Order: sequence, then C-alpha cells, then structure tokens
Amino acid sequence: MSELVQIRVGGHQTGLGATCRVDDWKTGPTATFLGLSFFIVYATWAGLQGAHYYAGPYLSPLYSPVVWTKLGVPGAAPLEHALLGEWPAWWPALIPATPAALILIFPGSFRFTCYYYRKAYYRAFGMTPPGCAVGALPQSQYKGETALLIFQNLHRYALYFAILFIFILYYDAALAFSKDGEFGFGVGTLVLLINPTLLAGYTFGCHSWRHLIGGGLNLHSKSPLRHSLWKMATVLNERHMLFAWLSLFWVGFTDFYVRMVSMGVITDLNTWS
Amino acid sequence: MSKRTFRIWRGDAEGGEFEEYTVEVGPGMVVLDAIHRVQAEHASDLAVRWNCKAGKCGSCSMEIDGMPKLGCMTRLGDYPESHTITIQPLKTFPLIKDLVTDVSWNFAQNKRIKPLQPKPRDADGEHRMQQEDVDRIQEFRKCIECYLCQDTCHVLRDHDRKDAFVGPRFMIRVGQLAMHPLDTEDRIPAIKEELGSGYCNITRCCTEVCPEHINITDNGIIPLKERVVDRYYDPIKMLLRKVRGA
Ligand code: SF4
Ligand code: SF4
Ligand code: FES
Ligand code: FES
Repeated sequence: MSELVQIRVGGHQTGLGATCRVDDWKTGPTATFLGLSFFIVYATWAGLQGAHYYAGPYLSPLYSPVVWTKLGVPGAAPLEHALLGEWPAWWPALIPATPAALILIFPGSFRFTCYYYRKAYYRAFGMTPPGCAVGALPQSQYKGETALLIFQNLHRYALYFAILFIFILYYDAALAFSKDGEFGFGVGTLVLLINPTLLAGYTFGCHSWRHLIGGGLNLHSKSPLRHSLWKMATVLNERHMLFAWLSLFWVGFTDFYVRMVSMGVITDLNTWS
Repeated sequence: MSKRTFRIWRGDAEGGEFEEYTVEVGPGMVVLDAIHRVQAEHASDLAVRWNCKAGKCGSCSMEIDGMPKLGCMTRLGDYPESHTITIQPLKTFPLIKDLVTDVSWNFAQNKRIKPLQPKPRDADGEHRMQQEDVDRIQEFRKCIECYLCQDTCHVLRDHDRKDAFVGPRFMIRVGQLAMHPLDTEDRIPAIKEELGSGYCNITRCCTEVCPEHINITDNGIIPLKERVVDRYYDPIKMLLRKVRGA
C-alpha cells in the first residue's frame, strides 16, 4: 500500500491502486499493458527497418501501400509496387527513409482513438482507473475527454481511412496469388488474406461505424437497410475487443512472416517453387 | 451449516471502524441473509437498506470485498469458505450509518433531465411506435436504480466531479429519451454541457457492475457521445449543416 493511501469513513481507501478488492483485478490491465507495449515496440522496430518488408509476392501490411521504395535495399518492394516510384532525393537525412513511416499514422490513429483501445489504455497505462473500484491516478481536476483528449472525438475520420486500408490490404492479398505472372498461392497468401478479413471484423464493429450506419437514427423502421446494417455492426461490435486483439496480433504476425521469408529465415510453402 | 466471519463497517459520517461478526451460514444464502443474521444475533442496531431480496428494488447496494454489488444477489458460495468477507457502504455517496448511504444526489440528477416530449398523437388519438424503434431503449428500462454504476464510476468515485458529470445511470436515462421514437426534444446540448458526456472516458466499470447487465457504455454512452460528435466536433457534418442552413 503506498503512502498516499488513506482510510476514510466507510473503510474505503483512497489513492492510486487503493481497493478492498481481493479478486484478481490486476491480470487484465497487466496483460493489456504487456500486449500493447509488445506490439508498439515490435511495430516501431519493424517499421524503422525499411527493409525485408517484401518477399515477392508478399507485402507486409505495416508497409502497405508503398508510396516510395528505396531500390537496392534488401527486401524492399519493387518499383511497380510503389505508388510514386523511387524514394525522393530531397528526403531529409534526419528522418528515417522507410515506407512504413508514411502510412502507419492511419492504422495507428484508428487504433489509438478506438473506443475499445481507449478503455484498454486509459486503464492499463493511464490508470484512470486501473480497475473498477480501484483508486484512480489522482488528478487536480479530472477533465476526461473534454480537454486534452478532445481529439478522440474525431475517431470517425480515422475510420474512413481504415475502411480504405481494408481494400488496399485485400488488393495486396490478391496480388499474392501471382508470382512473376504465374497464378499460384502459398502460406503467405493465406496469411495476407486473413489479415484484412480480421481487420474488416474489427473495423465494421467500430462504434463510430455503428453510429454512422444507423445508430444515429431513432426511426429505424423508416430505414430498413440501415437498420439491417446497424444490426450487423452490432453483432461485430459485441465482439469488438476480440477482433481488436486478433487483428492486431495478425498484422504483427503478417509482418513477421513476410520478414522471415524475405530474410531467408523460413521458406514459404507455395505452388511456385 | 457452517460458520463464517464477516468484516462489516460500523460507523457514521463522524467515523467508525470494521467489526467482525461470525454467524452460521447455510447453502444458498446471500450476503444480505448473513447481514440479517448478524442483526438478529449480534448487532440489532446495524443499519442496512433493503426491500425486495430479489434483485429488483435496488436498495441493498453495498461493496462486498471491494466490489459494488447487491447484497441480496451475492451468494456466499461464490467466496472460499474460510474467507472473511468485507462489507462496506458505497464509497461515492455520503455515509448515514453503517451500510446506509445518502443517495439523494442521484434523485437531484434525475430532475435535471427533461421528461419525454412526445410528438402529437395520430389522428385517431394514438401514439404509434414500431418494435424495431423501441427495442433499443427497452434495455435501459431494466434499470433498478441501484446506483452501483454511479458508485463505481471513477469520475464520481475518485475524482468527485459530481459538479460536471451526472454519471452512467443518468446517461442511459437521457439516452432512453434521446433515442425514443416519439421524443421531440433536442437533448444533445444538454448531454454535452450540463450532463457532461465528455467526462466519461468509457472505461466500462459501470457496465461491469450493473446487476441488470445493461450495456451502459456500448449501447448508451458511446452512442450519445457519437451524437455529440455529429453536432459539435465533426467538421464535415457541421459544414453540411451550415450549407443547408439547418
Ligand atoms: S464508462 Fe464512463 S460512466 Fe461508465 S464508469 Fe467508466 S467513466 Fe463512468
Ligand atoms: S444502470 Fe444498472 S447499475 Fe446503474 S443504477 Fe441502473 S441497474 Fe443499477
Ligand atoms: S470503436 Fe474501435 S475501431 Fe472504432
Ligand atoms: S433488496 Fe432489493 S435489490 Fe436487493
């Protein structure tokens, strides 16, 4: 018990982490803390590599879409895969020349402002509160999402990009069915196909999506299509946490798989070789 | 029958302490039963509020081993036999005596919410609603006003922002009206300003403790926050409204 903990009338303790709970309330936030930290560290490391993100015909989702590619780098995307061609010469030397840096802001901001992840990191990182009926981090005047965190209200804009990314990643998966003009598939194709599928499960269970598609209406009976879409979003929304973690894991795993194949550490089983 | 020890808070607003009582307990007993036995055998002046013993009146809210729960719905069998169960009053509201708190702040919040403003009746004098339009708000009507959600909400419990946020119970109360197919009142400004939707950081503790399993956060507060975004934060929607002159 920290020194800040005080006992009040009612026998309640106050102060960070103060509680009379004896059940295992710490495992959830600890697992969240470790899981999210691991992913952030891995994605940052992988994103900064700028190499081994492509193992023809597989492209890592942390690098898709490739805006510019740096030729000559091992495991970099070929020129035809880059939207704007070769890496520009004017790029400041201080900023890492990695295609991931140009796109990760989109999925990153989507997850950062996601209502589920907000809950997860407000608890596990922000300790506001660390658990239910467990003392929150003391603040001189708690403002919630009305002040510094007011930007969370723009989550729907991150959603629009996230929807676009599902199509981009399905396109990458479609490209993974062909190597040097020859149709085929490999384990990597499956890995790349599962990725946008899980992301779609996550994205179309989004609270903002659920609101925009029908939740904002009071008279559902007058808009049967939107009512059905809202009901579908609700089914996914009830599993939003599950899809949040599955899709997060799979994005990381897909990068890892492509990276390992590109580095020659593992061999992709496929119909081409 | 076996014996079990309970650590119960005794005292009033001036102070107090935990006292331990050991009573006989049997299969199927709930915490409220044990408290009644303590009253009968050891402490006839132990104050506890209860009414229905069926999880429907919302009176017996207390904190059991630190968790906000209904005393009448918490089975002793859920706890290890030798474990001493700690019983406290709600933390968020002023203590009157022992396990009884003054929850009248909540009644005052309820009064701040404008009642249903129904649209005019149909020509035959009826109000008509479609099932799919009322399905969503039925969930909120299950509320038994136990205020366990209010007790656990850290905005009220730890940060004491009763001045800024009405709490989850009243977010779903206003949600029930704002999503009502007959309501004509524009409630968005009040939801944002007076009722303080932005203070909720959607950490879902209210949902976790609700004995009626109302999905307070996902089906109530978040949809209201999204309606507030439509009105106050979404630049495209705001621009479109301006263009349309609405
Ligand atoms: S989700 Fe919001 S209303 Fe519910 S307990 Fe958390 S902060 Fe309070
Ligand atoms: S919403 Fe649930 S926890 Fe809150 S007062 Fe109603 S029944 Fe109790
Ligand atoms: S709420 Fe989680 S993605 Fe929108
Ligand atoms: S006594 Fe009525 S809810 Fe417990």
